[in-house]
Amino acid sequence: MPAPIRLRELIRTIRTARTQAEEREMIQKECAAIRSSFREEDNTYRCRNVAKLLYMHMLGYPAHFGQLECLKLIASQKFTDKRIGYLGAMLLLDERQDVHLLMTNCIKNDLNHSTQYVQGLALCTLGCMGSSEMCRDLAGEVEKLLKTSNSYLRKKAALCAVHVIRKVPELMEMFLPATKNLLNEKNHGVLHTSVVLLTEMCERSPDMLAHFRKLVPQLVRILKNLIMSGYSPEHDVSGISDPFLQVRILRLLRILGRNDDDSSEAMNDILAQVATNTETSKNVGNAILYETVLTIMDIKSESGLRVLAINILGRFLLNNDKNIRYVALTSLLKTVQTDHNAVQRHRSTIVDCLKDLDVSIKRRAMELSFALVNGNNVRGMMKELLYFLDSCEPEFKADCASGIFLAAEKYAPSKRWHIDTIMRVLTTAGSYVRDDAVPNLIQLITNSVEMHAYTVQRLYKAILGDYSQQPLVQVASWCIGEYGDLLVSGQCEEEEPIQVTEDEVLDILESVLISNMSASVTRGYALTAIMKLSTRFTCTVNRIKKVVSIYGSSIDVELQQRAVEYNALFKKYDHMRPALLERMPVMEKVTTNGPAEIVQTNGETETAVLETKPPPSGLQPANQANDLLDLLGGSDITPVIPTAPTSKPATAGGELLDLLGDLNLTGIPSITAYNKNGLKIDFTFERSNTNPSVTVITIQASNSTELEMTDFVFQAAVPKTFQLQLLSPSSSVIPAFNSGTITQVIKVLNPQKQQLRMRIKLTYNHKGSAMQDLAEVNNFPPQSWQ
Amino acid sequence: MAYRWTSADLLLLSVEPMLYFQNTLIFTRALELMCCAASKTAFCSSSFSQCASVWTIHFILLFSRQGKLRLQKWYTTLPDKEKKKIIREIIQIILSRNQKTSSFVDWKDLKLVYKRYASLYFCCAIEDQDNELLTLEVVHRYVELLDRYFGNVCELDIIFNFEKAYFILDEFIIGGEVQETSKKTAVKAIEDSDMLQETVEEYMNKPAF
Repeated sequence: MPAPIRLRELIRTIRTARTQAEEREMIQKECAAIRSSFREEDNTYRCRNVAKLLYMHMLGYPAHFGQLECLKLIASQKFTDKRIGYLGAMLLLDERQDVHLLMTNCIKNDLNHSTQYVQGLALCTLGCMGSSEMCRDLAGEVEKLLKTSNSYLRKKAALCAVHVIRKVPELMEMFLPATKNLLNEKNHGVLHTSVVLLTEMCERSPDMLAHFRKLVPQLVRILKNLIMSGYSPEHDVSGISDPFLQVRILRLLRILGRNDDDSSEAMNDILAQVATNTETSKNVGNAILYETVLTIMDIKSESGLRVLAINILGRFLLNNDKNIRYVALTSLLKTVQTDHNAVQRHRSTIVDCLKDLDVSIKRRAMELSFALVNGNNVRGMMKELLYFLDSCEPEFKADCASGIFLAAEKYAPSKRWHIDTIMRVLTTAGSYVRDDAVPNLIQLITNSVEMHAYTVQRLYKAILGDYSQQPLVQVASWCIGEYGDLLVSGQCEEEEPIQVTEDEVLDILESVLISNMSASVTRGYALTAIMKLSTRFTCTVNRIKKVVSIYGSSIDVELQQRAVEYNALFKKYDHMRPALLERMPVMEKVTTNGPAEIVQTNGETETAVLETKPPPSGLQPANQANDLLDLLGGSDITPVIPTAPTSKPATAGGELLDLLGDLNLTGIPSITAYNKNGLKIDFTFERSNTNPSVTVITIQASNSTELEMTDFVFQAAVPKTFQLQLLSPSSSVIPAFNSGTITQVIKVLNPQKQQLRMRIKLTYNHKGSAMQDLAEVNNFPPQSWQ
Repeated sequence: MAYRWTSADLLLLSVEPMLYFQNTLIFTRALELMCCAASKTAFCSSSFSQCASVWTIHFILLFSRQGKLRLQKWYTTLPDKEKKKIIREIIQIILSRNQKTSSFVDWKDLKLVYKRYASLYFCCAIEDQDNELLTLEVVHRYVELLDRYFGNVCELDIIFNFEKAYFILDEFIIGGEVQETSKKTAVKAIEDSDMLQETVEEYMNKPAF
């Protein structure tokens, strides 16, 4: 069989292939030849064949059948073989193949080889791809080599140790003795790798960190020598002596100085020295400065040093080199929380970076800009950010919009400005606004009571031209629905009021409903808005009725349901319609993830916003439509003072239905608690199944006189060991001739199961005069409290 | 084989049939997964932060302007398929960057630092908190080493002597960390190693084992 072709020959041949198919053919042919050569166990050409295989592997072709061959090469005596064998092992093998473990013995032998370059190969391979098992087996050998005086091997052993520690952290302890005099080395290679090893150990173990803190003076000395020493051709890079070592030492100092005052103080001088003396004309100098800045910001440095660091970053920002600007923005982002004022000084430069062409720089500049917005600069910053929103890439728009909303909420100088800003965002990037922004915005608009007319006008104008941006259309629909009356009446004070007729408004809302671009949610908003306008508009109610009835047969289930319900409102519940569709009250702010405190820096009065009392009666009708059977319907519940009677038209029967839910109806006899002057009050009892200490008393007040009793208020008090809960009465009028009753529910908590006693106070108007009476109820049946 | 059911059961159920695959790669992979389940270790296949520590360099790629790979050095363990996918993705990202952008790209949870030298792109993937400017110096130093060794290095040198490019890299970086900061020392080590390589005659005559 002819000798296999040489590696360079193969490379040359493959490169002549003109198509992918041709290349594939050549490779398959050669692979076949190589495979048969492997099968023959040919020692002479194994190295050449594996080398070719590695080349083909780089082109993307499978080479796993060469794995075992690599192992044979590693075991060979010839250095050439070993070199290729180890390379193959690093390229083709890793811990996921079981065969890799076969390498362990070879590596062990080679670690003890007489030739340092063979030892070097073994250390390198172990340090690059050694699995945890291999590391465990060979850690001892590595540790031995870490103590050798041969600097060529020592530096490799140090990095090998780093890898071992990364794979098997428990073995870290065994390398500790060997680290004793690592830093005494003169050889830069060993110094560098030693610092890496120490860094790794300190980052992994707080004990090690504490142990190595004593090295700070030595590290400072080494760094000083590097800076002060003259030109050293061997390690010089553009006039700076061994920048790689300088940076690694700075990083180790950072880790050692973190949270430790003494260490931080020991390194203050050298950090200042590096920061001021390093040449900044080339990238290498800036690399060192960058690391210095990171270290200064991370340790407990004195304030002068911190200012120096931020100024360096500020200088970086002005550098023509994009890489340097990128790095500056990244670091400033990290420090803006702690050194806010210092970073503020560079605000204008940062804002300029918003216009940079590089995407990463733009993103960082945007994040940093948002971090720098405060009450003083908000107007200027917003202008820049809105401009940025206009022109930036789509991937930024959502984040930018959210950021603007947050900043505007926190620092808005006036309501009008706030609304304008929101409008600007909605119209510029309306489709990128996040879903949760819509309810937040609606809440904001509701709370700015005096701006309603202005807001609805602007929103109307915005969607007249274009109703494709869903969040904008949703907010606009909602506002038009709520404040449509302000829109047509032309009440706007802030700007020139526009002339809009009711039909025009309905036109736009109907277009939204019909449009293909409208999402289902948006359509829902539009339909509800149209419905609300039925109580705010005067001339077009019939048109609204028609629209609503059409959608009663819509395919969209949500729309259909809404339309059907609204239709019902028109037909059967028309008397409730005005109350139901009344203007929404000021909403209480619900805290979300962002900073959601109510704005306090507004120049204008904020009485509407700061209201925290329970929703005014306007909300009740809406609630009642849903809460007829809900016992605990939105009213206040305080122990003794009864509430204002709700204007519910429904009878008391509804409330009792809910009672029956979890209550035990084992015929506890009812009693007459009071009977005087024609006013009779009966108590009926129920015990709760779920809570045996609770007794629910239903009082029924009836009036046997010939005139009704009005403004009837029932109050009750119980002894201290009890707790009382009085729910709202069904009404405040007891009709005459026993033709109707007032019902009210009292819940009594009796944990100590004491005898129930109650004192009641009754006030009402009868026959034109105010009546009042006090009485005590003692005739509670035992079953009601035992 | 006996193993304890852990919370990765569902994964294992899908993996078990693969133990019967003819393809050795799939078989060994499945075996690995099973062993990990038995020893209750979490198996992260494509996660870059497998260990708690901070690697410096995760991988180095060299590729031409036409997107042909010239060198790939991985300092993390990943399946072959995954490596190929990553290479394709990164080459595409970097080749599409225009001149006016910085040398840094945010990619997944790593940073790519790249620089073009003549017709070759040198790309390093580093941890998010690493010093990017220094990485540029690392890349530059590697190019200088190649230059010193080959004398006015060009892409063809690296194509035809790819194994030497690897040897030089291995004298400069081990396990993702720089091992030698002196140009002279690093190149001398390669040249001495080259001297150790047997001549053809020596090679033929020397016994292998």
